[in-house]
Amino acid sequence: MVPLLVGLPLGVAFCVVAMAHVKALSRLIAPLAIGIVLVNLVMALSLLGAGDVHVFVGEWGPGGTLGIELVCDGLSKLMAVTINLVALASLIFAGAYMRRFTKVWLFQALFLLMTGAMNGVVLAGDLFNLFVFLEVAAIASYALVAFGCESEELEAAFKYLVLGSVGSAFILLGVTILYSLTGQLNMAKVAAMLPKGPAVLLAAAALIGGLSLKAAMVPFHAWLPDAHPSAPAPISAMLSGVLIKASGVYAVARIVFNVLGPSSQYATILIALGVVSMVLGMLLALGQDDLKRLLAYSSISQAGYIVLSLGVAAQLMVGPRPDRVLAGLCLFGGLFHLFNHATFKSLLFLSSGSIEQQVGTRQLKEMGGLGRRMPVTGFCCRIGALSIAGVPPFNGFFSKLIIIIALAMAGGVFPAAYVLCAVAAAVAVGTLLMYVKVQRYVLEGEPSERVAGASEAPALMRVALVILAVICMTAGLAMVPLRECLFGPAADALLGTAAKAAMGVMP
Amino acid sequence: MGIAIYVLAFGVLLVGLYGVVAKKNIVKIIVGLLILDYAVNLMLVLVGYRSKGGAPILDVAGGQKPAELAATAVDPLPQAMVLTSIVIGLGLTALMAAMAIRLYEKYGTFDMNRIRKLKG
Repeated sequence: MVPLLVGLPLGVAFCVVAMAHVKALSRLIAPLAIGIVLVNLVMALSLLGAGDVHVFVGEWGPGGTLGIELVCDGLSKLMAVTINLVALASLIFAGAYMRRFTKVWLFQALFLLMTGAMNGVVLAGDLFNLFVFLEVAAIASYALVAFGCESEELEAAFKYLVLGSVGSAFILLGVTILYSLTGQLNMAKVAAMLPKGPAVLLAAAALIGGLSLKAAMVPFHAWLPDAHPSAPAPISAMLSGVLIKASGVYAVARIVFNVLGPSSQYATILIALGVVSMVLGMLLALGQDDLKRLLAYSSISQAGYIVLSLGVAAQLMVGPRPDRVLAGLCLFGGLFHLFNHATFKSLLFLSSGSIEQQVGTRQLKEMGGLGRRMPVTGFCCRIGALSIAGVPPFNGFFSKLIIIIALAMAGGVFPAAYVLCAVAAAVAVGTLLMYVKVQRYVLEGEPSERVAGASEAPALMRVALVILAVICMTAGLAMVPLRECLFGPAADALLGTAAKAAMGVMP
Repeated sequence: MGIAIYVLAFGVLLVGLYGVVAKKNIVKIIVGLLILDYAVNLMLVLVGYRSKGGAPILDVAGGQKPAELAATAVDPLPQAMVLTSIVIGLGLTALMAAMAIRLYEKYGTFDMNRIRKLKG
C-alpha cells in the first residue's frame, strides 16, 4: 500500500492529461482528482496504526532487500497525513477558484504530480530518491506558480525557479559527497557507515544550505515573498502549507537526525537559521500592505519556529548524557507546530483567495467590513488568524506553548535556551500584532466603495475553508490522543537513531 | 592528477554560480544555471571513476567473473544517477526557456533590472 501513496497520484496525473482530450471524460477530471487525493488521505490515516513499514521496490538480490527503499515510519506518516489533508482542501477549493483559468486540466495534472512527488519525498528511504522526488515536486510547483501567465506571476515563477535550481544543485552536491564517502545511498546504511572528518561537514553544509533554500530560511528566503502571493490561491496554500515543510523542513530533520546524527555544529546552525527566520520574517511581515505577501512573510517566521525546535532538540541529544525526554518534548512542539501551521496557513491563504476573487484586490487598505459581507469566509479567516496568533483554545496556542515551555526547560541544560525562549515569546507577540492588523483591515471597519458590492464565495470554496477551520478548532483540544498516535511516533522516529541504524541493514 | 580534477570541477561550479548571481540578462542567468548543473553532474561522474578501470559490462563470452568485474570496473551507480540528473536538468531547461520567452512577451526586455514589478 505504501508505494500506492506515491504511485496513485502520479499515475492519475498522466491519465488526466489523456482524459482531457476526450470530450466526454473531461468533466470527470476534477472529481477524479479529488477522489484520488481522498483515497490517499484514507490510506495515510489507515497506516497510522501499523508499525514501521519498509518496502523495497524491485526486491532484487538475496532476500529481496536490494532495491529502492520506501520507509514509512512515524515522521513519514505524520507528513503524509498533513500533505494529503491540505491537498484535499486545496483541490476542493480549486474546483470553484480555477474557473477563471483555461486549461484547468493542466492544473489538475500538475497538482497531482506535485502531491504524488511530495508523498514520495516523505516516504523516500534513500538519498537520491529523496532528491528525485524533491525535483519533481519543485518543477511542478514552478509551473503551477506561473499558471496564470500574467507578468507578475511569470516574474515570480522565474525567480523561484532560478533560486530553487541553485538549491537543488547544492543538494545533489551534498548527496554526491556522501556517496563518495560511504558508497551507499540508503539512508540507514549511510548513517551506519559515515566516517568522521571534514568531508562530512562539507556534505552537511551543501545539504543544509540547499534544503534551507527549499524551506525558505533567511537568508535564502528571497523567492518566497514573490512566489507565494503571485500563485493562484490553492497553490499558495499548498506551497506555504506543505511544500516548504515536506521538501525543506522534513528533509533537514531527516538528514540531520537520521543520516548525519545530531551534533552541536548542526544544532547551532539550525538554531541560528530558526531564530533569524523567526525574527526577520515577523519584522518584514508587520510592514506589508498586501494580504498575501504578509501571509508569505509570516510563513517564513513560523517555519523558523519549527527549525528552532529541531535545532534545540539536536543540541539536547549531543554529549555524554543526551536528554531524550526533553528533546522529545521539543520535537513534539515543533512537529505539532508543523501540522498546525499547515492547516491554519493554508486556511488563511484559501480565505485570502476567496476574498481576492470576490473583492478584486489584495491590498489591506482597500478592504474592510468583510466580516459582515462574507460571513463564512470571514469567520474562517478569523479562526485562522486567531490560531496562528496563538490564542487559546485554537491549535496554534498549544504548539507555541509547548515550544516555549520546552525551550525554558532546556535552559537548564544550556543557558542560551533562555534567550531563545524569550525571542520565541516576543515573536509570538509580534505574530499576534500582525494578525490583529489583518483582522482589523480585512474583517472589521466600514466597507469602502470598492468592496461594498462583495458577496459570499461559491459553495465549494466555503466547504474547503470549513474543513480546515474545524481541524484548527479541534486539533488543539485533541492534543493528547494526537500525541499518542501521530506526534509521539514521529518524534521517536527522529530520536531513535539506534533503532534506525538497525533497519535496512542486510542480514 | 587526483585532487586537481575535483578542484577544477568545483571551479566550474563557481563559474556557474557567478553566472546566476552576477548577470543581469535572463538568458545569461539560464546559461549560468546550466553550467552549475553541469558541474554537479561532472562531480557525480568523477566520484565513480577508477583509474585504469574498464566499462562496467560483464564480458560473459570472454569468461569474466562478476567478482573480477567488481574489482576492475568503473562504478556504474553514479552513471545511472547522472542520467537521471541530466534528464531533470533537461526538463528544467525547457521550462526556463519557455518562461524566458513569455517574460519577453510581457516585459519587452531580458534585463532583470527592468523586470521588477514585485517589490517589498
